[in-house]
Amino acid sequence: MEFFGPVLDGFTVVLDPTNLLYCLLGVVIGMLIGVLPGLGPAATIAILLPLTYGVEPVTAIIMLAGIFYGAQYGGTITSVLLRLPGEASSVVTVFDGYVMAKQGRAGTALGIAAIGSFIGGTVAIIGLTFLAPLVAGFALDFGPPEYTALALLGILLVATISGGSKIKAVIAAAFGLFLATVGRDIFTGAERFTFGNLSLADGIDFVPIAMGLFGVGEILYNLEERHRAASAPLAVSNVWPKRQDLKQASGAIGRGSVLGFFLGILPGGGATISSLASYAMEKKTAKDPSRFGKGAIEGVAGPETANNAAATSSFIPLLTLGIPANATMAIIFGALLIQGVTPGPQLISNDPQLFWGVVNSMYIGNILLLIMSIPLIGVFVRILRIRAAILAPITALITLLGAYTIRNSMFDVMLVVLFGMVGYLMKKFGFEPGPLVLAFVLGSLLESNLRRSLLVLEGDPFGFFTRPISATLLVLFVFVALLPIIRSGIEKRKTRLASAAGAKEKENA
Amino acid sequence: MQAHKTAPGVPEPELPEELEALTPEELAAQWDAEAPDPAGPIANLAACLVVLALGAAGLVMSTGLGLGTPASPKPGMWPFVISLIVTVLSIVQIIVGRHGGQDGEKFTRMSWYAAIGFGTLIVMVLLMPVIGFEIPALLLCFVWMRWLGGERWRSATVYSILIVAAFYAIFIAALGTSIPRLF
Repeated sequence: MEFFGPVLDGFTVVLDPTNLLYCLLGVVIGMLIGVLPGLGPAATIAILLPLTYGVEPVTAIIMLAGIFYGAQYGGTITSVLLRLPGEASSVVTVFDGYVMAKQGRAGTALGIAAIGSFIGGTVAIIGLTFLAPLVAGFALDFGPPEYTALALLGILLVATISGGSKIKAVIAAAFGLFLATVGRDIFTGAERFTFGNLSLADGIDFVPIAMGLFGVGEILYNLEERHRAASAPLAVSNVWPKRQDLKQASGAIGRGSVLGFFLGILPGGGATISSLASYAMEKKTAKDPSRFGKGAIEGVAGPETANNAAATSSFIPLLTLGIPANATMAIIFGALLIQGVTPGPQLISNDPQLFWGVVNSMYIGNILLLIMSIPLIGVFVRILRIRAAILAPITALITLLGAYTIRNSMFDVMLVVLFGMVGYLMKKFGFEPGPLVLAFVLGSLLESNLRRSLLVLEGDPFGFFTRPISATLLVLFVFVALLPIIRSGIEKRKTRLASAAGAKEKENA
Repeated sequence: MQAHKTAPGVPEPELPEELEALTPEELAAQWDAEAPDPAGPIANLAACLVVLALGAAGLVMSTGLGLGTPASPKPGMWPFVISLIVTVLSIVQIIVGRHGGQDGEKFTRMSWYAAIGFGTLIVMVLLMPVIGFEIPALLLCFVWMRWLGGERWRSATVYSILIVAAFYAIFIAALGTSIPRLF
């Protein structure tokens, strides 16, 4: 009972009318941006940060979480009906989902995706409920060396798992760390890189960076891509899957829930990777893999279940360790810091209402999403007809006016626009903004823990390897850092062996 | 996100049936073909030189703050380490990416749209304190819809007015924020 008391109290937090309303608002926005190709959940959450200022922390996070997992539901719709993935995590759904739609089974594909998402989400919330306190309890003994190692590993994983150039991603992360050092040094009080500017003395604000790099950067980038007109969506009918479909998909949903849950916990993991992994797994375990790509219902059910389970379980490292597992979680982390809440192992015991309120709101959110995805699907399909040309200025105005309302300052708005240009250019030149924002929010935590550890270890960097947990994490860190080099070495050897073998064959012939 | 390489202003051709690549492999190949070209070696070099310069500046400035020793670091130590990483990695990237990698995207004629979009945002930020948000917002909507989005004159005008009216209703009438305004 001791365990379930706070869990049940969380439901009274959720059932508060304001929180219910924000939960509904969050999942509707999430579903919408999932349906509309263009802005992703990270950009949307960044743009809507100003909305969270006037409300309680728990209410704010309930809404932002709703946007994140709601987008996983919505992304399916465009994948199935238009063959355009609404979100990166719905790319694999295109393979079988669109074929199903061509076969007149669009409704079945959407229905099974919604049911799978619901089950995956719910399984992950239950898993989160039991696993999070364990992880937090384990992490309570973490000292500065463990936190240093954990933060380093988290940043590196997020940087190296993202697509594109890994070196550039690490450079972006290093810039995030550097930007975090601007302002007063917490240990000595010395001012760093403020150039005598008073407004920089407290450091650079997280909100303009996130709103600019993710929000405006993404908007500018989409201006360039917008000419890709969407064709008319295929017709949807009969969303309720048949019993036979459910039976066929049940294995995929079960496997997807478990796989997504575990991949979501890992730093750098999350919805996209789990959907890919689930598709690969379904194809491998299927009796007849050739059905995949030709309208196999498991190819829709598995990945859609997994991406939702992962979206939910990626809250575990954030809420229990204070380490965001991906860019979206980094923004939610920033939102919590703005609200004066520091996520970490103490959160469950110090602020159980917030913790369980947010966790339990996900049950409600998933039920709301199931309702929107099955009976109300027609409404969202109609939204697909709204043209991007009309939406773009709306999102731009929301961002600019929203940025102004934070502190009634035009300077902030200017910063947002300028960071927007930086974000756009970073994207064009192959630097992902995600690792920068993530490293920025973790920057001061990392520096202070590193310095504290060095004090404890009397300045010996190898002292990190004398403690089992930090040693393990750092060994992993080194392994992840060296992996690309090892891999390219192996590949070079392989091609050399292959070409040598080829030459031999020629000689023999 | 994939982009067709259609010239701006040219209406999107109807997707011919041959584009209906349906197996995952065909689809992936098609997406690859539609994806914008990577930024290329010159962009890589330019970007890395900028990064290198920033890293070097970071090194100099952090040294100026004092480094100290690992056991008793001065304020410049940590920024110095970060700048060192940036500097070293930018040199590595110059070498690794000298033939141009798969990352980034080439600037195309469509990139002007992003530049114009950025320009209108700056204009809006500069004009807002002077004449309020309504007229700049109206202009921004109109430019983005008519020229950047290819809407018709009439729909661009009607939608711009409706959008600004809606923003006025939400931000000024309903929420009572202190956004600079004309009316």
